[in-house]
Amino acid sequence: MFGKLAGAAFVLVVLMLTLGEFMVRADEFTEEDLKRWQDEYMSVVNKGRALWVSPDLGTNGVACAQCHPNAANTHPETYPKFQKQLGRVIALRDMINWCIQNPLEGKTLGLDDPRMIAIEAYIAHERKGVEMAPGKH
Amino acid sequence: MNKSRMSRRDFLKSAGALAAVSCLPVSMVELAFADSRKNFSFAHISDSHIQHISGTKFVRNWDRGLIRAVAETNLLVPKPDFVVFGGDLAQLGKKEELDHGAEMLSKLDYNKVYCVMGEHDYYLDLGDYWSKLYGPHYYSWDHKGVHFVTLNSVITYDKWTYERWPTAMQRMVEMAGLDNPNGSPFMVGEKQRDWLRKDLEKVKKDTPIVVFSHSPIQKIYKGWNFWTEDADEVQALLKPFNDVNVIYGHVHQVQYNQIGNISFQSVMATAWPWPYPETYAQAESHLPKLTVPMNRADPFFERDATGWQVINVETGRAAIKYNLYNNTNRTVAFNPKTGHPEDIAFQNPARRIPPQTHY
Repeated sequence: MFGKLAGAAFVLVVLMLTLGEFMVRADEFTEEDLKRWQDEYMSVVNKGRALWVSPDLGTNGVACAQCHPNAANTHPETYPKFQKQLGRVIALRDMINWCIQNPLEGKTLGLDDPRMIAIEAYIAHERKGVEMAPGKH
Repeated sequence: MNKSRMSRRDFLKSAGALAAVSCLPVSMVELAFADSRKNFSFAHISDSHIQHISGTKFVRNWDRGLIRAVAETNLLVPKPDFVVFGGDLAQLGKKEELDHGAEMLSKLDYNKVYCVMGEHDYYLDLGDYWSKLYGPHYYSWDHKGVHFVTLNSVITYDKWTYERWPTAMQRMVEMAGLDNPNGSPFMVGEKQRDWLRKDLEKVKKDTPIVVFSHSPIQKIYKGWNFWTEDADEVQALLKPFNDVNVIYGHVHQVQYNQIGNISFQSVMATAWPWPYPETYAQAESHLPKLTVPMNRADPFFERDATGWQVINVETGRAAIKYNLYNNTNRTVAFNPKTGHPEDIAFQNPARRIPPQTHY
């Protein structure tokens, strides 16, 4: 039984290696690819930073950075968590929208809005290296 | 309770008004001496960041902070001798903001309001319009045996101030961003240090000194200008005196420290709280180890993490009572046995509570 399975596996591996020569391999990437992906990521982080210090997210000129320099005190690693003031478990983007609506007196962003993703990317970037702690208050 | 206090209480018709008095965002400062007849107090309000939107519109949230502080300062009993405003009256140094802030401060029922220059007041016109309202940028006075000094600690390198920015408004905006890497470190500067040296020459070494500054006159975190570049030089000028208290704004949080003979204490903002610098994961900072942090702010209460303080300087040393919105009150008093300020309830690590953990 084992011998049969091992044999089949061997044939499969040989087949894959042989066929591989003629196939595009999606799981290989170069240093240039890595650089491009990092650059793409950073361009979104930088858009998030620009929004973070911008008076344009709200209507009263207040910017996120006024209360959260370097996105401090946002605790992205603790979401989703029970937001005691709302009485339910929410994601970070819900809290971002709460801040846009209240201190910034602005209109909420769609949850898939590229600006929302950029803001999340900036917050996470400033918090990199901190251990995940979902649910932590 | 004396009779005047009772009558004042009678005047406050609702329990709600009384509750408001007990949590106002001003610093009430009491200087107490061994001879209690010398005791006096003053109130301290700081960091109101009045922010102009357009026309006659200002950010409501920050307005409410200052309006509330002023109204409640007027209700303090016994009445303090004077009021200090600790800087950052404006958000972008605009005439509209300084005027609107001055109008609110004019409601203070006090003969004297001493003002400190903040960077948000300064970097549009380098304090010109502020001076028209409040006078010189730095000065000193004596009151009931205490020598008071107000410094402008938010100036910076001439090259940054005079050469780097194409417009005055850009200079203002660049300095207004707390975490802006284009900013520049605060300092008192050589000219003002010379003035301070001369000012202190005539003061006896056993006279209690109270210094008001906007920045901390110590080095905590440069990235957010919780920092004074020439702090060491200023501290050296204060060193010969037995009892020195530096009271500063800018940081929007509870901080206290002791360096040699100098006690350092921060006051709360009326506008919004700031995170402690160690909560920024990408940089090192040096919050004084003595400091037991204020409770984490609840953003859903827009006045949370602001409060008022009573500072009692027994034999020239300060004890601060912090009264905080939606939070446990705090008292930080100088302990003569240890020679530094301590929180009377929470200094012992075993006594600390979960909201004091910032991360």
